[in-house]
Amino acid sequence: MGRRNIPEVNAGSMADIAFLLLIFFLVTTTFEQDEGITRKLPPIPPEGVTPPIIKQKNLFTVLVNKNNDLLVEEEVMDLKDLRQAAIDFLDNGGGTNEKGEPCTYCQGKKNPESSDHPNKAIISVRNDRETEYATFISVQNELVGAYNFLRDREAVKLFGKDRSFTKMDSILSHPQTTDENLIEDLKDKMKTIKDMYPLKISEAETSN
Amino acid sequence: MSKFKKKKSGELPPVSTAALPDIVFMLLFFFMTVTTFKKDDYKVAQKFPYADQIQKLDKTDPVIYIYAGTPSKNYQKDVGSQPKIQLNDKFADVSEIKDYWFNTLNTDLGPEFRNVAITALKVDGETNMGLVADIKQNLREINALKINYTTRNGNSSKNFEK
Repeated sequence: MGRRNIPEVNAGSMADIAFLLLIFFLVTTTFEQDEGITRKLPPIPPEGVTPPIIKQKNLFTVLVNKNNDLLVEEEVMDLKDLRQAAIDFLDNGGGTNEKGEPCTYCQGKKNPESSDHPNKAIISVRNDRETEYATFISVQNELVGAYNFLRDREAVKLFGKDRSFTKMDSILSHPQTTDENLIEDLKDKMKTIKDMYPLKISEAETSN
Repeated sequence: MSKFKKKKSGELPPVSTAALPDIVFMLLFFFMTVTTFKKDDYKVAQKFPYADQIQKLDKTDPVIYIYAGTPSKNYQKDVGSQPKIQLNDKFADVSEIKDYWFNTLNTDLGPEFRNVAITALKVDGETNMGLVADIKQNLREINALKINYTTRNGNSSKNFEK
């Protein structure tokens, strides 16, 4: 009895099967866009509580009208100048925080007419109901950009080049970051920075 | 002289297709890994504005989606051309957001994510802020405060190029 040869399986239709699967996946799946500006909405204040009065100099008002024009601190402004204006306002450090400490890390002009301390500085964005969403996002983007600029600057100063705020944030949110010690360390460092420049952007209700 | 048989002219050897399955499989695996299954059919325009100060949402994050934008052409004669909200795959009214949010939370995610669930606002760039403000107000009322404005990665000055 000679050894019988097993006939080769015909693999010619393999390509067809693979194509079929490929087309199925092409049709049923999409590239998901899951990135954006993360924000926390302000909780609704309980009834009977009056909001604290904020000094005008600690408030940076950005108004966007229905023609998508910007009015920043009573002056018309181009979007591209908004980030620098916000940085100047936040980094001013003209006074002291609630505890009476001056801002030691601010590099601003210490103008007594502008914000006292990054802790007290609030940016208020108001828009019309007719404002375009894209403009709103652009404004938000510039303001977050101003905060990120200041936070990065302080983080690099304190922790070195590899630990800028945005970099720490991206490491932390990466799904492959599982090292507990690293996570704790990063969270700690980020909290320090966040305390220096707390994000205070108020998205007030739209006006008609 | 049989040793020097004349080659028949004009006959090319057939191209081997043995590697074709491998190539197709490669493509297949690429699409399987980088894409996700369609959640909902978009009935509204979804051309997001550009921003560059963005954070990525991970696939494992508890996310609830709310779509808004101008209805696509096929639906405009039924619902009009004003920007609309889409929940799951239906057009919805602003008042339905709260129910939708809790339903999605309880059935898809689990009630334990009540305080960490992120609401992704997938809003078309040409929507007016009134609608977005209404959505935000409704989310505030149910204390769903973590939101994410979905954007495309790019310089925000691109938002003004028409």
